[in-house]
Amino acid sequence: MEPQLSWYLALSAILFTIGAAGVIIKRNVIAMFMCIELMLNAVNLTFIAFSSFFQDVTGQLFVFIVMTVAAAEAAVGLGIIITIFRNRESLDVDDASILKL
Amino acid sequence: MENNLLSLIIFAPLAGAAINWFIGRRLRNEKFIGLIACGAVAVSTVVAFYLAFKAGGALRSTEPVFDHLWTWIQVGKFRADFALAMDRLSGTYALFVTFVGFLIHVFAVGYMHKDDGFYRFFAFLNLFMFAMLILVLADNFLLMFVGWEGVGLCSYLLIGYYTDKKEAGDAAKKAFITNRVGDWGFVMGIMLTFFLTGSISFFNKPAHGVTSALQTIAGMSAVDPFTWQAIFAGGVTSIAILLFIGAAGKSAQIPLYVWLPDAMAGPTPVSALIHAATMVTAGVFMIVRCSAIYTHAPTAMFVVAIIGAATALFAATIGIAQNDIKRVLAYSTISQLGYMFLACGLGAFVAAIFHVITHAFFKALLFLGSGSVIQGMHHEQDMRRMGGLKKYMPLTFATMLAGWLAISGIPIFAGFFSKDEILWRTWSAGLFSLPSPAWSKALWFIGALTALLTAVYMTRMMVMTFWGTERFREKHLDHADGVQGIHDDAHHDDHAIHEPQESPWLMTVPLVVLAILSTIGGFIGVSYALGSLVGLHPTNYIEQTLDPVVAKVPVAKAEGEPAAEPVWLSHPPQPTDGAPAFVSLDESPATHSAEEVGAERLLALVSVGIAAFGIVLGWIIFQKRPLLAMPRILENKYYVDEIYDAAVINPINAGSREGLWKIFDVGVIDGFLHAIGDVVKEGGRAIRHLQGGFVRAYAAIILLGALAVIGFFAYFGVHAMRLVP
Repeated sequence: MEPQLSWYLALSAILFTIGAAGVIIKRNVIAMFMCIELMLNAVNLTFIAFSSFFQDVTGQLFVFIVMTVAAAEAAVGLGIIITIFRNRESLDVDDASILKL
Repeated sequence: MENNLLSLIIFAPLAGAAINWFIGRRLRNEKFIGLIACGAVAVSTVVAFYLAFKAGGALRSTEPVFDHLWTWIQVGKFRADFALAMDRLSGTYALFVTFVGFLIHVFAVGYMHKDDGFYRFFAFLNLFMFAMLILVLADNFLLMFVGWEGVGLCSYLLIGYYTDKKEAGDAAKKAFITNRVGDWGFVMGIMLTFFLTGSISFFNKPAHGVTSALQTIAGMSAVDPFTWQAIFAGGVTSIAILLFIGAAGKSAQIPLYVWLPDAMAGPTPVSALIHAATMVTAGVFMIVRCSAIYTHAPTAMFVVAIIGAATALFAATIGIAQNDIKRVLAYSTISQLGYMFLACGLGAFVAAIFHVITHAFFKALLFLGSGSVIQGMHHEQDMRRMGGLKKYMPLTFATMLAGWLAISGIPIFAGFFSKDEILWRTWSAGLFSLPSPAWSKALWFIGALTALLTAVYMTRMMVMTFWGTERFREKHLDHADGVQGIHDDAHHDDHAIHEPQESPWLMTVPLVVLAILSTIGGFIGVSYALGSLVGLHPTNYIEQTLDPVVAKVPVAKAEGEPAAEPVWLSHPPQPTDGAPAFVSLDESPATHSAEEVGAERLLALVSVGIAAFGIVLGWIIFQKRPLLAMPRILENKYYVDEIYDAAVINPINAGSREGLWKIFDVGVIDGFLHAIGDVVKEGGRAIRHLQGGFVRAYAAIILLGALAVIGFFAYFGVHAMRLVP
């Protein structure tokens, strides 16, 4: 059986939901971060699927942009995480609910 | 005729003020400051005389000298130029303002010697001259108002010159605030003038496309009816009344006179210059300038005459009971200003200006003389502590004698001619601005009674000051009960007894010059009836000069008939190329009926009798008993200040404090602002829980929001918001 567009979309939706639920449920900042990446890649999957379905390359261009931004975000985000850990000796986001130490 | 020299008259004092303010304050050199200040006014004086008397000058032709500096405001039809004009009226005014001003400046250099604020005083004094000359030379109402406010400001600054004395500050505020009431009338009058005529200019200036507001009114065919309703009709009578409110404020007439006696808290040269000779006569000047308006408004003229006569008598009675030498002169000034308004109200505009001029001479003299006395007495102003000064200050005494005789109305002295002219014009006034012939006789009686009182109180002042026992040696208890005196200087705690001494020449020379002018100054306006009495036919210069620039009261016919159209002789002036200077009026005996001349002579005799009687009466009463107690009600100025306090000031204070402050400010304004603050505060308190700092909560909110948006479009379709066509 040929893979259908709907299969990809369903997988993408599942991945996005897992990511969104993870961001809300997880307290560990690293885990939250990974969940965000998961949501981004779920969206990428949707782009690729539509790009292939419509035989249009634009969707693939968007994927590259998303990946670039995700890489930049990872660099910045990890930097922030390291700083927070140094200051609070904890990776629990609820411990960082106030800005002042 | 255009002549740019004209602006030098106003800008020389301004430059003097600037130099003294910026450079004089650093140098602190009395010679430099005095030289700059007097020099600036001297420049004005010389230029004023040159422009007035040169061939084709302001006083020698009927054409004014113009100086158009720039167009100040032009909005639609409204146009106000920064332009000066010297016609016969403003020329006459400029002459005596600059000349008397110069003498007073010189006097002040001696009087203010060793004062800490020497530079400040002269900067203000020069600034005053600048504003006063703008007022006089302005060619439109609005520029005149600039000068009007300028002199008000300088008056405020100079009354409050002694900043360490509370009464000086209070007096300055009182003067300023009382004048605001008058200014309201002036501004409203200007607006109404513009509304009715479409112009605020005094002169026709075809080159600039300006027509004269005064000429427009002069050209109106009918005069306003002589009824009280005319005042509120919004016509010419309303303009005249509003302008008179302004004049009453500046020239200290009932009911706005209360500031002038208190203004004596300023240094004496200020009292002489601003509060006697020049600024306070600005109201008279304005009314004469607007004579075309007044000759169309008989009701307004009637009001002016009544107020003037009432003020003259009222102030004279108060003047009798004052013990402060400057206060006597202050009330005398108010009284004399009343005379001038009386003359204006009866259409004798030229006589009013004549009295302004002679009054400037003798009142400046008397004030400067009192300043000399105060200086000689080491800053004592209470006449009860003077006496016998003629031995110590012979020159001051001699000059003040001239002023005394002039103001009392003794013949050959200046005051006699002008006062007699006013009294004669009052007696012979037509029915244009009076309801019945009895009124002119009643007003004459008030004027004559005032003349009597004037002679009495001036004699009292002279007797208390220069004759009698030398009371300054007496060890006086502090009689604070009756002393409402304002002490001229901060040294009044220095109660040691000094020998009085004559003032330095800087002060006595102006006194002598003014004494000469007070003696002979009246000869510029000798009327035909008096001149022919001694077989002479002297030219009545003042009459001939000013007659072409004032409007004439129409001669009223028999009762019931409408008054004739007012006669208007100027604006636009007739070309007088090559014509000799003074030929306008026919002074030949043919123009004067024998009856009139006889009546005028008789009346002059009566007024001389009144003056002499007043002096004798004053002499008899006060020579023996200079300290004779005066009626309490007079000494307390009819309690007018107290009445004003109770009727106006206290209610305003109470209303402001209890109503505006405690209810409106605290309740409404503060309440409104606090309510806004409270709403924001409580709202913030309620929704701040949304921002708890928990990242996961934020994520959940974003997610819910996204779901809501997606759900919305999923349910209603993408066209629900009409975003997609």
